[in-house]
Amino acid sequence: MADDQKKMFVIKGIGVSPGIVIGRAYLFDRQDAQVPFYNLSDPGLISAEIQRFRKALRESEKQLLELKNKLGDLGGGMEPLYIIDVHIMIMRDRKFIDRTLKNIREMSVNAEWAVHMTVDKYREIFDRMEDDYLRGRISDIQYAGQRILTNLAGKERAAIDMGEGVVIIASDLSPADTAQLKIDKVLGFATDVGGKTSHTAIVARSIAIPAVLGLESITRAVRTNDDIIIDGSAGVVIVHPDPEIRKRYEEKKRLYEKAQDDLLDYAHLPAVTMDHYGVEIGGNIEFIEEIPSAVLHGADGIGLYRTEFIYINREQLPDEEDHLANYRSVVGVKGLSWATIRTFDLGGDKFFPDKKSSRELNPQLGLRAIRFCLKEVALFKVQLRAILRASVQGKLRIMFPMISGIEEIREAKRIFTEVKNELLAKGTELGKDIEIGIMIEVPSAVIVAEELAKEVDFFSIGTNDLIQYVLAIDRINERVTYLYEPLHPAVLRLIKQVVDIGHKAGIRVAMCGEMAGEPAYTMILLGLELDELSMNPLAIPRVKKIIRGATLKESKALLKKVMTFSSTSEIRSFVGAEMRKRFPEDFPANGQ
Amino acid sequence: MVEIRTFEITNKLGIHARVAAKVVETANRFQSETFLEKDGVEVNGRSILGILTLYCPQGSRLTIRVVGVDSGEAIAAFAGLIEAKFGET
Repeated sequence: MADDQKKMFVIKGIGVSPGIVIGRAYLFDRQDAQVPFYNLSDPGLISAEIQRFRKALRESEKQLLELKNKLGDLGGGMEPLYIIDVHIMIMRDRKFIDRTLKNIREMSVNAEWAVHMTVDKYREIFDRMEDDYLRGRISDIQYAGQRILTNLAGKERAAIDMGEGVVIIASDLSPADTAQLKIDKVLGFATDVGGKTSHTAIVARSIAIPAVLGLESITRAVRTNDDIIIDGSAGVVIVHPDPEIRKRYEEKKRLYEKAQDDLLDYAHLPAVTMDHYGVEIGGNIEFIEEIPSAVLHGADGIGLYRTEFIYINREQLPDEEDHLANYRSVVGVKGLSWATIRTFDLGGDKFFPDKKSSRELNPQLGLRAIRFCLKEVALFKVQLRAILRASVQGKLRIMFPMISGIEEIREAKRIFTEVKNELLAKGTELGKDIEIGIMIEVPSAVIVAEELAKEVDFFSIGTNDLIQYVLAIDRINERVTYLYEPLHPAVLRLIKQVVDIGHKAGIRVAMCGEMAGEPAYTMILLGLELDELSMNPLAIPRVKKIIRGATLKESKALLKKVMTFSSTSEIRSFVGAEMRKRFPEDFPANGQ
Repeated sequence: MVEIRTFEITNKLGIHARVAAKVVETANRFQSETFLEKDGVEVNGRSILGILTLYCPQGSRLTIRVVGVDSGEAIAAFAGLIEAKFGET
């Protein structure tokens, strides 16, 4: 399947039951509720499944012909007869049959599911038709499909479920509908209509599964078997997530499941050590809908606002006002003291999806992030203008990703100043102390950090990419993920170098990668004396708990010892033992 | 033998299921192969789903191409069918 080539998109609705689900969509259709799904474990079963389908097809046709004869004998108008002919023709249609056979063969799914997918495919085509009457003809195809399904069920109507990991997609779910579902197999709900008090919301909360309602168009946009992520906390649904986003949500899901309510007590306490050393805590977000979660979990500010979804989630390029609407929601939020907005950090393929020239063999090392922005200056300026316009609302930091050397930051700053002067010339009111910073994630930036520090107000260490680039591993590639290691001595030395150089130059040094939110590393990061740790909001309470239970003095001693080791395994076992000793409650001896 | 003609669909409801069924029935009466084309998309005249997904509301311009020994008679039959608005209004 070319699943990973499908375009990722986002639909926003109302989050009515919190939590995160990463699964497979199942389009719930009242007419064919409970279509069984299973994978054919053995390729040898495929031909048997095809025989089942053909047999059901023959039986369906025979039944319709009998029905037609019966109705014909009764006399009366021709009306019902022609519709039977239509249904027979659909069952004989080569495209319909071939498509279903293809589903069985290529997807290795049972005949029922293959039929369901075919009908679903046609529904998608018909949904696009403007003419109401012609669009409504999908009902004939659904009817034909339903009859085949009935015959497939036959006598052997065994209790077969929809498969594991199913997210129910529906227009709306009535109590009768939910009663029909094998509810223990359902991982989440996403519906077109509904709100916090609708039946689906109540069911979802009572069985504690995530749900996003009021999505308006989800049943049109999603098809059965599509990969889907539901964030019931933010009220966001992501369809066809790319590997990077998927990974990010796996992390969010893990954090959500680990989060405990009693830890929330720590959320609003300051992140200060027992010997009064304070660290600022930022929240990483990608949707403005996540801001309430950042506030709830105790972020002091937004330490990383990823702006990519402003671009991904649309057919046309976002204009300045689209950007501005988002930035206005992020800057100057009550309870948050600053917002760090990172400029576009994706490849150009997100703009020109059909151009062959944008296909890159190695996109992680390709024309992306700041490189892309410096090439497509006009696009870059739109984003910068909007960020600047939002600055009047509160403390704003702007951050450029993937800076690899001095020319890039100088060029980015030149364009930034140009945009700023244009706005000032027009009399636009701007914030006074906008800070400019860079992500430190390309190893070369660490090596020339001294020069870079003279150009900017702050560094933010993006550990995810820094680790991947410095250890030369593809984070998405499962075969090398074992090499992804934040505690590699090379990684720790690089990070220390960045902090030391930054502080020597008198600038702020933050960390915004996943490493910042991992409590097992919190003491190391304290020892490094980072000014800010920015993390997934859900990770904040636990990290605060560690900070508040530790001293700067012991953290520095720990770090000093760590820096003497030459291997990752030594560091890992030393840090593990120390954390277990210091925080036995948070790091139990038998693993998690 | 190839016959190609373009028609305008004039009945009020356009090519809906019943009309599509008539087109298929007509195509099936002849040995020739029938193809329907609209806006650069071509479908087989024997496929009801192909015809329905072609999406032809009233006012659509539809090109019919018939290939085979009896293409002349076939195209005449299609012309008759369409000109009679498929027996509708």
